[in-house]
Amino acid sequence: MADRIEGVKKLFTSKSARVETNKGDAYYEKLFEKCQARIEELKTQQPINNRLDITDVLEMQGIERRDFLKWASAVTGMLMLPASFTPLVADAALLMNRAPVIWLELSDCAGNSEALLRSDGPKIDEIVLDIISLEFHETLQAAAGHQAEKQLEDAMETFKDKYLLFVEGAVPLGMNGQFGTIGASGETMHDHLLRVAKHAAAVVAVGSCATFGGVPAAAPNPTGAVGVMDVIQGKPLINIPACPANPANMVGVILHYILTGQVPELDSLLRPKFAFGYRIHDNCERRAHFDAGEYVEEWGDEGAKNNFCLYKVGCKGPMTFNNCSIVRYNEGVNWPVGVGRGCIGCSEPDFWDKYAYERPMADAKIKAPTGGVEKTVDEFGLGLLTAAGIGIGIHAVASAVAGKKEDGGEA
Amino acid sequence: MAKKHIVVDPITRIEGHLRIEAIIDENNTIVDAYASSTLFRGIETILKGRDPRDAGLLAMRICGVCTGTHYQRSIEAVEDAFDITVPKNARLVRNLIQGALYMHDHLVHFYHLHALDFVDVVSALSADPKKAAKEAEKWAAVAGTVPYEGYGDLKEVQERVAKFVKQGRLGIFGNGYWGNKHYKLTPEQNLIGVAHYLKALDIQRDMAKMQAIFGGKNPHPQSIVVGGVTCVQDIQNPARIALFKQLLQDTTKFVKQAYLPDVYMAGTMYADEATDSKATFTELMQGKGVGGTGGGLLNYMTYGDFRLDDTGFYKAKTLFPSGLVYGGDLSKVEDVDPQKIAEDVTHSWYAGTGKPEHPYDGTTIPEYTGLDKKEDGIAYLKTDEKYSWIKSPIYNDTRVEVGPLARMVVGVAKKDERITKYVMNFLKRGNLPTAVLFSTVGRTAARAIETELMADVMVEWVDELAANAASGDLRTWTEFDFDKVSVKTKGMGLAEAPRGALGHWVRVENGKISNYQAVVPSTWNAAPRDYKGRLGAYEAALIGTKVADPEQPLEIIRTIHSFDPCIACAVHVVDTKGKELGVYKIDTGCSI
Repeated sequence: MADRIEGVKKLFTSKSARVETNKGDAYYEKLFEKCQARIEELKTQQPINNRLDITDVLEMQGIERRDFLKWASAVTGMLMLPASFTPLVADAALLMNRAPVIWLELSDCAGNSEALLRSDGPKIDEIVLDIISLEFHETLQAAAGHQAEKQLEDAMETFKDKYLLFVEGAVPLGMNGQFGTIGASGETMHDHLLRVAKHAAAVVAVGSCATFGGVPAAAPNPTGAVGVMDVIQGKPLINIPACPANPANMVGVILHYILTGQVPELDSLLRPKFAFGYRIHDNCERRAHFDAGEYVEEWGDEGAKNNFCLYKVGCKGPMTFNNCSIVRYNEGVNWPVGVGRGCIGCSEPDFWDKYAYERPMADAKIKAPTGGVEKTVDEFGLGLLTAAGIGIGIHAVASAVAGKKEDGGEA
Repeated sequence: MAKKHIVVDPITRIEGHLRIEAIIDENNTIVDAYASSTLFRGIETILKGRDPRDAGLLAMRICGVCTGTHYQRSIEAVEDAFDITVPKNARLVRNLIQGALYMHDHLVHFYHLHALDFVDVVSALSADPKKAAKEAEKWAAVAGTVPYEGYGDLKEVQERVAKFVKQGRLGIFGNGYWGNKHYKLTPEQNLIGVAHYLKALDIQRDMAKMQAIFGGKNPHPQSIVVGGVTCVQDIQNPARIALFKQLLQDTTKFVKQAYLPDVYMAGTMYADEATDSKATFTELMQGKGVGGTGGGLLNYMTYGDFRLDDTGFYKAKTLFPSGLVYGGDLSKVEDVDPQKIAEDVTHSWYAGTGKPEHPYDGTTIPEYTGLDKKEDGIAYLKTDEKYSWIKSPIYNDTRVEVGPLARMVVGVAKKDERITKYVMNFLKRGNLPTAVLFSTVGRTAARAIETELMADVMVEWVDELAANAASGDLRTWTEFDFDKVSVKTKGMGLAEAPRGALGHWVRVENGKISNYQAVVPSTWNAAPRDYKGRLGAYEAALIGTKVADPEQPLEIIRTIHSFDPCIACAVHVVDTKGKELGVYKIDTGCSI
């Protein structure tokens, strides 16, 4: 037990809990060759739908080659690849018009569609019109009714086994799935998903609802909602949680797919490590205040005016894995910690029932998996916040559970 | 002659899942219509048993589009229950977040969710860009400005779209109703519409950034808490204020030079449908107005929005006054009495007591009775029975419409100086009769008028905020004793979402939520028939509309889209009274 607590403490207080990014020269050399071959092969193919060449679009938009490469270099970093991959990532971006995308909405609030609209690099009009070929997206497409249903059928047939299926929203399973139906035939969302997923190259669950059930699955889960990974079997599946998912991570996943032809390296919750290998806490701009024991004690106090650490007013950054503190939102304008409200842990499973509240973890009266006793943050003193470490413990256990699911469910 | 039954499902370019069924006669005129929502999530049930201070974050997820509006209404319901008045900075920050949301929502709605009902993308290809540039000048002049872009830009857009269209599949533009007889714009006008559709994709990101400056992110901002806001560092940072003003300036330019001219253009070209009635403003003021195509109920309600002083809930003067106007009669206006709001479930998939109930005490239990048997793969609504997940809200035993049009109509009827000025300027500049407002086109125009008004008034607010912070007032939160105020209380957050009247009702007992209800704009508008068989706003608006081609029900989606449907919002409603409440226990949830 002592070892375990010690381990949790170490994890929590370590400089960084992010994944190991350097895998050695040999690994990257091999990957580089593979990506090169993949890109050469894609280049020989016609763009799906004969989409425009992105270079034309960039030119039309007055975006210079230099700016484009700067962007590619930033994405290379985000994807946790060495700088030498930058030209390949740029090439992959040029080839995004080879990726047909079908986007389904299930039990959702459209927040992820909205987030996609805020994507800042590449800009959304390039994404929609010129780069990826978005074949079906209820919120954006022109067609309605029977014509919309036909549009979906056509896309599924034309791009059989080639399309990326993005799913937004949870899958309601209660009452035989009848809490949600789509289309003139009254098909349940569950059946709809299974049918469209059947011939997808890969399935990407976007947002907390599609990944882990999200809001509709919060206790007491009145509609029996589950995430996509609980119903899709035998398909490569990528989870991009958060509420909403950061569009940078959506674009990252598509780029990675173009670049390598496969899903990125995933953690036990099927999240891409390039985005979810980071702990919010480790890259937080207020981390120094945490280490110095300087906290906001209540909203609007002197600590708040001085941008102190938000742990005591409920920030769940120490137990949340995501790249928000690096990528931020809306072109880097801000993020929840920046605005003084702290992280609510939205990229973790069951976060509505575990994390999204206004008090620190220590006050949550959660039975710690480490066997620890609940205490307040003050009792722990500075720095070594085992209470927060408990959150990490929970994450680890949740990961182990999800890992089992993965073993059983993945092809 | 046999009547035809049209089923449109999914209604796309909306938020959520919606089905419309319409019956047309031998002249292709809609004689009956039914609106059904096909998704249920149960968010109120999920809110029960939780700490009221946390409700806002969860309630916000009712909708990812009017994101932040539910957040504010939920927080305010709790503040109302606890009798808390927020400091000036918090009021202004909330106004700015909500104001940016209005602008964003209206712009995205017009261009990306609605414009393709007016604009034929394919027709734009045969436009003469030079003529289009002249055309743009004409409509900009109507709006009293110059065009947002010139000949060169329009030509580039056309080339880009031509390349795209020529090369086969159209992606999200595929399978639209292109070439339908009821598209009325010229190729040049269509080209202008397409160019602005694309530009608006870009501009809307800036409006989202405005929300993120004080909200942390968009969608789903995170800076509002019971008692105030948390963004202390953002309000005292001159760079933040400057960025907000810059973004506001840039987006206002687009609103004035593109959005408004485009609405004039579309409004004028489709005006014949909007002015089936030729009543003048004076006649309407005397109660002689009737609606054009898509007019529908003609009863309008608004709760009012944007507090202009710090005197607290329901006491402060508001930018948009609350009120009701019946039958399009601008000569009379009635005040809103929250006691008169009720919901009925006769035609909704819930078991009910048979009579409408107030949201504080709503009794609703899901009772799904399904669709009728399938014919040729199409299942039909059981319209005599229950046929939607949306309840039927009723005000004082009357069906009403809510939304930007309601806000403008009530504002004019209440003789609000600012609103009347913007509405009358719009009509005068466009040489449009007032009757044009009571129609599908009018609903769309009201949204544009409101966007212009918001853009102008927000400059005042951001300056006020900057001046207040500079004076040394950094108060962002009002302290309260949670244990004391949360023993047993109730409160409501009644204001507006961009889509219309939005109310959250909360009961709190022993520090936990014991009951939660939200009645949202799309519940009012997208509701099915009620216990007296009276139609909901969508249903009423469709009656009498002529459909050019039943295989391409363009007119149906045009009128439905004019309401800016937000169905995820509308379908969250469940109240499990009679069952065990508060089953949520954090201990249970986390003892893994």
